[in-house]
Amino acid sequence: MTTEHGDAAHAGDPAAGRAPADDRGPARQPEADGAPVGRRLVLGTLALGALGVAAAPPLQRGLEAFLGAASDKDPTGLTQLLPNGGGFRYYSVAASVPRKDTSSYRLTVTGLVDRPATYTLAELRAQPQTRLVRDVQCVTGWRVPDTPFEGVRLARLLDAAGVRPDARAVRFTCFDGTYSESLTLQQARRSDVLVALRMQDKDLSHTHGGPARLYVAPMYFYKSAKWLSGIELTARVEPGYWELKGYDVDAWVGRSNGRSDDPTA
Amino acid sequence: MRRFSLGERWVHRGTAWLMVVCVLSAACLYVPQLAELVGRRALVVDVHKWSGVLLPVPFLAGLASRAFRADLRLLNRYGAHDRRWLSAVRRRDPRPAARWAGKFNAGQKVYAAWVGGAVLVMLGTGLVMWRTELFPLLWRTSSTFVHDWLALTLGLVLLGHIALALRDPEARRGMRTGSVDPEWADREHPLWRR
Repeated sequence: MTTEHGDAAHAGDPAAGRAPADDRGPARQPEADGAPVGRRLVLGTLALGALGVAAAPPLQRGLEAFLGAASDKDPTGLTQLLPNGGGFRYYSVAASVPRKDTSSYRLTVTGLVDRPATYTLAELRAQPQTRLVRDVQCVTGWRVPDTPFEGVRLARLLDAAGVRPDARAVRFTCFDGTYSESLTLQQARRSDVLVALRMQDKDLSHTHGGPARLYVAPMYFYKSAKWLSGIELTARVEPGYWELKGYDVDAWVGRSNGRSDDPTA
Repeated sequence: MRRFSLGERWVHRGTAWLMVVCVLSAACLYVPQLAELVGRRALVVDVHKWSGVLLPVPFLAGLASRAFRADLRLLNRYGAHDRRWLSAVRRRDPRPAARWAGKFNAGQKVYAAWVGGAVLVMLGTGLVMWRTELFPLLWRTSSTFVHDWLALTLGLVLLGHIALALRDPEARRGMRTGSVDPEWADREHPLWRR
């Protein structure tokens, strides 16, 4: 307090006459005096923010452990809305995504192949299925541990189509009409790359890219294109949607996009 | 009677609209059901980034207004009546005599200062997340952490701000038209020296 005035000093104050009479009333003072608490609050909030950034790694680990445990026992699903609340987050780059089911879904294999093919969902389900249980790691930071994916090995579909010698890469397109992805032929032939039909031991829901999506276990999850509708063999890698916006084409978890997450495969 | 000049009102209006756009676009990026409904992720990211970066502009433009600078001075300075106002709120003391206020009551002062600081923290952490190539990885994940949790807090505080405004039509009229009823001013802001 820099200045304090008794009531008498401000007898001419228009507020003095109207303010409720109270013996314990605050001392009148020019409004613009007093301690600069506002500035201190602004600076204090800024300092707390900086402290939060500095202390984030241990804080985040603790919260993730706590919320992960809480979300297992949370029937309301509200913990999913909290930051790092566990579980998947829905990202779509398209305005709206049509729904495809057993009757309307088709997957084509085209480009530099000897035998272009079109698969129905039933035909994909009739192929030998591979089940993989790995962590899912998004490039924006969230991670879902031990998530089962099940489907047809991509290598199997490539072999069935007869890849020509001049093919070096695979381009993936999606029935959302916008998204695309790509892999080198070598990456596409890995045994942990699937056309996934099931996730968490349930048929893939529309939200998770159903009825069929790509699943590239060792890479960041943007490589695992949802709503997969086209597999095209190409002569060279054609960068996909996010890759044209700056993401790495070779998106190995922990070794790309400037991140150092634990590998998922 | 006059409470806010045109300049002061435009600072509030500009900030409010940018904040609405920023918060809604954030919700569309963050809440799964909204993300699913809206899609267009690249566009929503752009809207969010630019509304966020422009958020301080109305404030900075407002510094040209003498009335706005005077408001900032009042918001900065806390007198004995402000301490009393805050302790009355803490004790849930409903008597008007315990809640004297100048042009701004202590709650409005605390809100203004905290939101100012929080917006700066959001801006800083947001820029680290935007220009990822300029910052080490640890900064990015740490900034994301602070940005996420502070966003949630800020959202709740903004809801409180709006709820209090909805409860007081005369306060809203002051911000909309610039004028308030003198009786309201005597009741709510008895120490306001006009």
